[in-house]
Amino acid sequence: MRYFASKMTIWRSGDPFVWLSGGALALILLLLSGLFVVVTVNGFGAMWPKRTAKLELRSGDIVLGEIVERELIPPSRTSSVEAFRLQVKRGNRDLSGSDFVWLDEAEIERISYPEEAVVIERRQWGNFYGFPARLLWRNDVVAGAGDGSWRKLEKLLAEEQNIVRQIREIERNEAAALGYKQEKLRIEIKELEKRGAQSARLASARLRGKALQREYIELEQRLQAKRQLLSGVLEMRAAGDQLKRIELAEIVRIYQPNAMSWLERLLLCGQRIIEFVFDDPRESNTEGGVFPAIFGTVMMVLMMSITVTPLGVLAAIYLREYAKQGRFVSLVRIAVNNLAGVPSIVFGVFGLGFFVYTLGGSIDELFFEKYLPNPTFGTGGILWASLTLALLTLPTVIVATEEGLAAIPRSLREASYALGATKLETTWRIVIPSLVPSILTGMILAVARAAGEVAPLMITGVVKLAPSLPIDANWPFFHFDRKFMHLGFHIYDVGFQSPNVDAARPMVFATTVLLLLIVLLLNLSAIIFRARLRKVGLSGAL
Amino acid sequence: MFKTAAKYAAQELRDLPPESMISDANEKKEPEELISAAAPSSIRAVRSAFLEVRNLNFYYGETQALRDVSLSIEQHKVTALIGPSGCGKSTLLRCFNRMNDLVDDIRIEGSLRLGGQEIYSREVDVTELRKRVGMVFQKSNPFPKSIYENVAFGLRIHGAKSGAKLDEIVEESLKAVALWDEVKDRLGETAHQLSGGQPQRLCIARAIAVEPEVLLMDEPCSALDPIATAKIEELIHELKLKYTVVIVTHNMQQASRVSDYTAFMLLGKLVEFGLTTKIFQNPDHEDTLDYITGRFG
Repeated sequence: MRYFASKMTIWRSGDPFVWLSGGALALILLLLSGLFVVVTVNGFGAMWPKRTAKLELRSGDIVLGEIVERELIPPSRTSSVEAFRLQVKRGNRDLSGSDFVWLDEAEIERISYPEEAVVIERRQWGNFYGFPARLLWRNDVVAGAGDGSWRKLEKLLAEEQNIVRQIREIERNEAAALGYKQEKLRIEIKELEKRGAQSARLASARLRGKALQREYIELEQRLQAKRQLLSGVLEMRAAGDQLKRIELAEIVRIYQPNAMSWLERLLLCGQRIIEFVFDDPRESNTEGGVFPAIFGTVMMVLMMSITVTPLGVLAAIYLREYAKQGRFVSLVRIAVNNLAGVPSIVFGVFGLGFFVYTLGGSIDELFFEKYLPNPTFGTGGILWASLTLALLTLPTVIVATEEGLAAIPRSLREASYALGATKLETTWRIVIPSLVPSILTGMILAVARAAGEVAPLMITGVVKLAPSLPIDANWPFFHFDRKFMHLGFHIYDVGFQSPNVDAARPMVFATTVLLLLIVLLLNLSAIIFRARLRKVGLSGAL
Repeated sequence: MFKTAAKYAAQELRDLPPESMISDANEKKEPEELISAAAPSSIRAVRSAFLEVRNLNFYYGETQALRDVSLSIEQHKVTALIGPSGCGKSTLLRCFNRMNDLVDDIRIEGSLRLGGQEIYSREVDVTELRKRVGMVFQKSNPFPKSIYENVAFGLRIHGAKSGAKLDEIVEESLKAVALWDEVKDRLGETAHQLSGGQPQRLCIARAIAVEPEVLLMDEPCSALDPIATAKIEELIHELKLKYTVVIVTHNMQQASRVSDYTAFMLLGKLVEFGLTTKIFQNPDHEDTLDYITGRFG
């Protein structure tokens, strides 16, 4: 009896419920922080230069590479002994066919970490692990193994990398601009020919075409001259004693991981992170950076916000302020709320059918007829993807704005009316300024949802590798018809569509971290703006 | 909503006797006539009626909130409306600036005139009416804007541009409510930082900035402490020099302190209306006596 009474007291004291609710929150926090830690460690752990191990096998083979993972061999019928195996990233894909190899620990004779082992990050074929043999410049040996004159390599490498950078710059800017102009001219000439325009205009257009052609040849010559300068070759000896000639122009970075100090490693790690954020991808996205994807994501989210916010806010204002509250409005409200539950791929299909084919197709017929049969807006692009996402996030903005409207006290509106303000003036000067925090809340939620959405984008304009950014130096600067890259799609593509899954894995995590950071950054700016608005009052800012 | 209410009003007006249809302000003698003709005896005390209510019936849907109310409010005087909750005093107050238009499904019968002009006439521009009849609410409701912009709001919507003139009016209005010295250094700060009785005084400044002729006050002190209340009451005394004040209050002492005339209402009816001194010292009706002596309500 007494026991029963005490049990009752515990329950009635409310403590168990506090523990239960607190526990639920703790569990969620644990899961979230766990996710973040796993993603961060895996993503940026890959940026940290690992030591290069030299594994000598019982068979006499030697493998040089980074030990990535150690795992238990699944017990089989033949042996019940607990055995482990190592996954080694040995690189040298051009020699051995694959970057990664699994080695049973039982086969390994010895593991050592030779100081002179060198890792070369290449523009093609992935990493090379080996020992330097000779450095050649125009087929003359500049430095040999062991004579300590590797400073020359550093100097030569820096020079060549500089030239490579110049070539890239020319290719990316001048050559691209020239190509753009030529394409425009080609269309113009085609148009003139079709219309049977005066021969004078046609002749002048053709003349300009010739001038462009000359310019192009000139540019090509300049590039050729630059390329001629690249003639350094590094001869490397792989672990299996094969010799491999690597052109210096192919080298992104060369380092001796086992001889590096802690600080040098940190520096290299920083360099890699910068490269990851600001460079273009290489090797079918498994290496290099993700800059185009960052650019595409941010631009698309901004375009989406610009579209969805006014639309959602106006709709919410009509629903709450002007529409007669009744069965129909309730129905509309329910429909809007349920729209948020429609699978995003459905929005994607709608975007493809309506925006891309119907709207884009009509725009092409009306304004870009000369480009047909090549579609301009009649194919997926950043504009259509943004609009599709705007549609997807519309319910979020409407609901948040409506809640904000409901929270604005009646007395505030009455005060405005009592001063002789009309409904429009009240809405415009009192309601909307008070609504800004709610609108921002809606935007934050919309951005968080839109930045992470992939499925609808896949059919409305995202590509694995976009040749150019949606904004560039060519008139009209904004190219809303262009296809673009996106971090979310990048994760999917690199993680599941890559030919070299093992090599791409760190990229998946790193891209995930980046996506999280970008969403965080976008939201944080909105949150800070909102907090500022609340603090200073709205009139100051608006 | 405005349209609907105006339509109702116009419809009701048509049912009235022909002489009350005349809503031109230029017929000066008419208020006098009306008082003698239709008003109950207690109204005779009022000489120059400025706000004229005659046989006013007010319905929220099927519920009748005002029953045949008639009273005349004199210019530059404070008139208090007292009575228990739900007696219709706030409804009556909100008729003067047509705030009731904001409520759906209302119906008005009778006549309500401001300086001889029919308030619920179809020709009346509600915006213009509300400029002439300002209002202060029970709970202070400053806009989420700066102190300056709160006061300037009314002027801005009536077309004032920023400038020295606007600054001057804002300053005058804030001085009129004795708030200027307290806020002159922080006019740009948000009004929500004001405390105590300050927000309510700001709301009064906001209302008088547009220079109304009538100031309606709906229990302006009910959310304030005694010190803030005293300040507002002092203010009301000064305000009546320039404005005609109609105040709804639950506080009997307040009514006796601030008002010149008092109207006692009960269950939608005007029970008694007259000089405050008379109502509080020698009321004609037993209900009035019971109410002011605290026997009910």
